[in-house]
Amino acid sequence: MNVIHTENIKKTYNPDTIPVEALKGVDLSIKQGEFTAIVGPSGSGKTTLLNIIGGLDRPTEGYIEVGQKDISKLSDNQLIDFRRENIGFVFQAYNLIPVLTAKENVEFVMLLQNRSEDERNARTIELLEAVGLGDKIDSRPSQLSGGQQQRVAVARALAPKPTFILADEPTANLDSKSTANLLDIMARLNKEENITFVFSTHDQRVIDRARRVITLEDGVISTDIQQHN
Amino acid sequence: MNTIIKLAWRNIWRNKRRTFITAASIVLAVLLSNVMTSMQKGTWDNMVDSVVNTFFGYAQIHANGYWEEQTLDKAFQPDDKLNELGVQVKSIESIIPRLESFALASYETKTQGVLVIGIDPVKENDMTGLEKKMTAGQFLAEGDNAVLVGEGVAENMKLGIGDTLVLLSQGYRGVNAAGKYPIKGLVRFGSPQLNKQMVYMPLPIAQQFFGAEDLVTTMALKIGNKKEVEETIKAVKTNISPEKYEVLNWEEMIPDLVQARELDTASNKFVLYILYLIVGFGIFGTILMMTKEREYEFGVLTAIGMQRNKLSFMVWLETTLLGLFGSVVGILLSIPIVYYMYSNPIQLTGEMASAYDKFGVEPIMKAVFDPQIFLQQAIIIFIITTILAIYPIWKIRNLKAVEMMRA
Repeated sequence: MNVIHTENIKKTYNPDTIPVEALKGVDLSIKQGEFTAIVGPSGSGKTTLLNIIGGLDRPTEGYIEVGQKDISKLSDNQLIDFRRENIGFVFQAYNLIPVLTAKENVEFVMLLQNRSEDERNARTIELLEAVGLGDKIDSRPSQLSGGQQQRVAVARALAPKPTFILADEPTANLDSKSTANLLDIMARLNKEENITFVFSTHDQRVIDRARRVITLEDGVISTDIQQHN
Repeated sequence: MNTIIKLAWRNIWRNKRRTFITAASIVLAVLLSNVMTSMQKGTWDNMVDSVVNTFFGYAQIHANGYWEEQTLDKAFQPDDKLNELGVQVKSIESIIPRLESFALASYETKTQGVLVIGIDPVKENDMTGLEKKMTAGQFLAEGDNAVLVGEGVAENMKLGIGDTLVLLSQGYRGVNAAGKYPIKGLVRFGSPQLNKQMVYMPLPIAQQFFGAEDLVTTMALKIGNKKEVEETIKAVKTNISPEKYEVLNWEEMIPDLVQARELDTASNKFVLYILYLIVGFGIFGTILMMTKEREYEFGVLTAIGMQRNKLSFMVWLETTLLGLFGSVVGILLSIPIVYYMYSNPIQLTGEMASAYDKFGVEPIMKAVFDPQIFLQQAIIIFIITTILAIYPIWKIRNLKAVEMMRA
């Protein structure tokens, strides 16, 4: 079953002044449980594609279906609700809420979903333990290392039980040890819980662990390779 | 909801310096506006008290139409209901009867117009403190067939204690009024206007002089608490016949003073508006800075699924809580400062003091201690802050997560 399906996605910035074509027609399908890396040089359109798949941006042309729902027809507010229920985000700069503890950060999206307190508590503890931070639940982001913060971000992305996780350069700010640790956790969650991960990355360590590598060049997919690792 | 409140509260303390600057601006604005308004109102209250208590009283009862056309022919005999008002309306401390009209005063070769006022010496003194204004001679006693004259009158006509003043006038319903009265004392009023024309005599003597037996033109009301003036007037109106009598408050009787006060209040308000504007810009600056700094964060929060209305509420709450905090602290700081200025009025000196003195007003600048002013000013500043919080809300309403995160 496809969790993401796009047809002829195009995105042009500044169409009325100096048009910049970021995507020139992307056809892409990602199935449930895939562990996919989108790679390519700077300016190839990776982040734009991720933003469009994640419902953060709209394509200039083309059709996009996420979780078998045509998201191009959703209003801005409907898109916010859709993202909350269906997509988990992991950002390059972690982007945790600085005034909340690790537990509160993970719990936050579930609060927005109006989940019960018992459910929130149980899932938060479960996820923080899964990412190896069971002993850091009361720490604020400023008290955690970059790797730990990114693991909290992964736990937060997983908290609402999304259809898939989108991670934009998740290891760009991490050292080797933290990167390996984070990749281990994501690979395990992917394998054991069949969670779909889509990364945009430059990082060879991430590319090496991905089972599918899609290369974007000048706004089009140049290669789409299945890897066995 | 609790999470939003918790988040807003923690966000306030996230950047302590910014919070301190914003809160300090609000505190300062509340404090300055409270002190300014309390001083202005207190000074005017003091002035009004002086003027009103010197002569007018906070309210007066006349025959209907008397104030429009101040003629002796509108004198009236107080009926039982009027005489019982002091008992019926608790806020009235006493009722001071007067018979007032103009006369021509003459002494040797000098002649001038004067205002003759027949008074009950005891009651009059109780309300206006007339005896304290004596500069020579003795105060009137009931049954005296004598007059007190203003110092200005005495100076102009070269009068002294024991001299006889001849008064000529037209009495009640056109009768001739003529009499001669020894001068028992001299009084000095702050107001040069009053000083140059006042002649007091006991009420029965005035009634005899004007041929107005048992009649009065005015019944001034001594009201203990000036805040009860309007209520007292209402109560009086329900107890007396509206066809026969009019009841006026001091503002209707001395519109010039009201206008002067309004003018001063308006200029004070103008200064306050400038203050609000300056402080408003200060607060807006910090809000602008905060909004710019947190654009990325707002983008992330909507990206992970926080609806704009919740985000807007959170940011509005942050500013509003700051406004509330600043207003409360502003009030708390205002209380001792204004109380000090209320208990220790500023004594005016030099030309300013002489100007006050001339008009019979104590030369002081005294604050009024009125919690309503504190609350009012705090509410205004709070509302300004709350309105300024609309900016980040507007920004959030129009935010595109991807653009904010790119910022």
